[in-house]
Amino acid sequence: MSSSTVLAHQFDGLEQQRDASTLGMWVFLLTEIMFFGGMFLGYTIYRSAYPNAFAIASQYMDVTLGTVNTVVLITSSLTMALAVLSSRLGQQHSTKMFLLATIGLGLVFLFIKGVEYHEKYVEHVVPGLDFRLTGPEAGHMQMLFCFYFLMTGMHAVHMIIGVGLLTWLIRKNSTGIFSAEYYTPVEIVGLYWHFVDIVWIFLFPLLYLIGQHLRGHA
Amino acid sequence: MSTPLVEPPASAARRSYLGDGNTIASWLLTKDHKRIAILYLISITLFFFIGGAFAVMIRLELLTPQGDLVSAETYNKLFSMHGIVMVFLFLVPSVPATLGNFLIPLMIGARDLAFPKVNLLSWYLLIAGAVLALWAIVSGGVDTGWTFYTPYSSTYSNSYVMLAATGVFVAGFSSILTGLNFIVTIHKMRAPGLTWGRLPLFVWSHYATSLIQVLGTPVLAITLVLLGFERIAHVGIFDPHIGGDPVLFQHLFWFYSHPAVYIMILPGMGVVSELITCFSRKRVFGYGFVAAASLAIAVLGFLVWGHHLFVSGQSVYAGMVFSLLSYLVAIPSAIKVFNWTATLYKGSISYATPMLYAFGFIGLFTMGGLTGLFVAALGFDVHVHDTYFIIAHFHYIMVGGMVMAYMGGIHFWWPKMTGRMYPEGWAKFAALLVFAGFNLTFFPQFILGYMGMPRRYHAYPPEFQVLNVMSTAGASILALGYLIPMIYMLWSMRYGAIAGPNPWGAVGLEWQTSSPPPTENFIRTPIVTEETYHYSDEEKTIV
Repeated sequence: MSSSTVLAHQFDGLEQQRDASTLGMWVFLLTEIMFFGGMFLGYTIYRSAYPNAFAIASQYMDVTLGTVNTVVLITSSLTMALAVLSSRLGQQHSTKMFLLATIGLGLVFLFIKGVEYHEKYVEHVVPGLDFRLTGPEAGHMQMLFCFYFLMTGMHAVHMIIGVGLLTWLIRKNSTGIFSAEYYTPVEIVGLYWHFVDIVWIFLFPLLYLIGQHLRGHA
Repeated sequence: MSTPLVEPPASAARRSYLGDGNTIASWLLTKDHKRIAILYLISITLFFFIGGAFAVMIRLELLTPQGDLVSAETYNKLFSMHGIVMVFLFLVPSVPATLGNFLIPLMIGARDLAFPKVNLLSWYLLIAGAVLALWAIVSGGVDTGWTFYTPYSSTYSNSYVMLAATGVFVAGFSSILTGLNFIVTIHKMRAPGLTWGRLPLFVWSHYATSLIQVLGTPVLAITLVLLGFERIAHVGIFDPHIGGDPVLFQHLFWFYSHPAVYIMILPGMGVVSELITCFSRKRVFGYGFVAAASLAIAVLGFLVWGHHLFVSGQSVYAGMVFSLLSYLVAIPSAIKVFNWTATLYKGSISYATPMLYAFGFIGLFTMGGLTGLFVAALGFDVHVHDTYFIIAHFHYIMVGGMVMAYMGGIHFWWPKMTGRMYPEGWAKFAALLVFAGFNLTFFPQFILGYMGMPRRYHAYPPEFQVLNVMSTAGASILALGYLIPMIYMLWSMRYGAIAGPNPWGAVGLEWQTSSPPPTENFIRTPIVTEETYHYSDEEKTIV
């Protein structure tokens, strides 16, 4: 693949183009940090305001499924990193395989997330839709479920967008365009995918693990 | 197109970006930053007049003390929609999306922004956001104020809050993508020799603006998501029934919206720096300080949001810290004003229309800035909070500052954008009308607010009428001052004198290419060997 077909007219060379694209994605991820930051801030405020209610409510979280999902997502980051590597080596077939594996793991994550949402529905702890916990702290407990659905929901939206981007990469890869000279799209989608992974690395302990030592005391 | 460094044939080189296709698709699908700037210019001019129409109705209602022209509910919608349209659809995109889009690649010697498709996408996002907001308006409007405070917006308002908030959310991504594009372009696309220390101040101020757009706007986005969730689910994190705090909404909202005030003024400061240096034929005094002041304003701007919450039940200690931090913003702002003034000293000053706007900016921005110090003081703010004093204060910054700079910038770079001059006599007349009309509109509001007239009411005690009549009269003059340029600018596109590449004798890379510039901006990538603003003695001729 000659460089002429992948170099956009505004750039002087492929290196400048790659630098610009990568910086663009990093700046976008900064935006994303601030976007999620609003929810993390709210979570922090209310967690410190209502520690008891949050600890009790967090026992409704399915730690097993959460742990499985954490493993699934970290593994998908590995396959994503391998996809970047193989695209850089020009190995079209293994790039495709690693991208497919990443998509597959992403879909597994979303499926398990759906199972968890269904559990919450069965347990009547979905704010706004069906929330039946009672007692003096029920309101504050509902607050944690608000954060649970907002934060994991927003994370899931990012996963779905990521799966879309990976599908686009597979199509692009099928033309054999990627090489040591030009693999920027794989790299920047990889950055995005790792970012979404890292968000989960924060969500998992905050929503599932904090307060587990109180299990049985409530 | 693989070989950009090869010189194109001479015939292609002479073709301007305006002549490069004239079908509707060639405009709506363009990836040329100059054409996208024109798309923005047309759209935000429309939004400006829509927002202005609401202002006209507000001023007409306030002509008399009784609420006789519109009902209280309608009045609530009028000021809300005036604010939403003017802030999110006009002021935030104003200078960056038009002049910034057009000029940044030219000023740094690049062929385009780093991401032309993203640039076009951001225009479509603004339009999509605007369509949603306008849809909310024609459906019956929104009455929460532009600030969407909970619990009113989340629970009690029966107006089209979701549509309007979604519009603001979508338009926000337009702003984020513009900022992202500018940051990457300024970092990676500068011409050889164009070091950071040689960047035009216009570019510096846009860099600072972009940082705020990228870091602040997403916080507004998530805040509106949280608001939307609460409005739909009837429960949410700002809901007091489950222990939520509506004041948290105010914190999150102002974490974006105070820095957003600097999104709405920093680009104007960049314009004024360029105007002052050009029409004084002198290097900007204290270039490094003016550039650093832009960054300082951007950084400090993120630390002062709490001054909007002095009467919202925020702790007194937090209030004191926010008050102190708010005072600090005065330092970089004053550095700019003093350095512009010092640039004039022993300069060879000429009074072309853009310079009149620049002078207007300095005076009115100073007024707005100094009254900003008043309201940053805890005790005084309690007295004037939610009065017309606040209205006057921020209109001096937003309209007296930003819109003046925008008008000045449009006049200054109009010959570059269109290849034609505007009529100087009419332009000077309109600039003076704007200055006079603006002061007559908003100065009485300082007095009204100080005397205690609250904002957001459609009726008021009769003793306030004289000042309100003055304000409405001023608004009429101001409206005329905005309509006249609209007419002569359109006229000049066909009948204006041919401008030539550099009608002002200005320095800066954008003046080295033809007017209007060719699609690829420069026939050859320029090489920069000098500091910016190198006005030498022989160039000190009055234009």
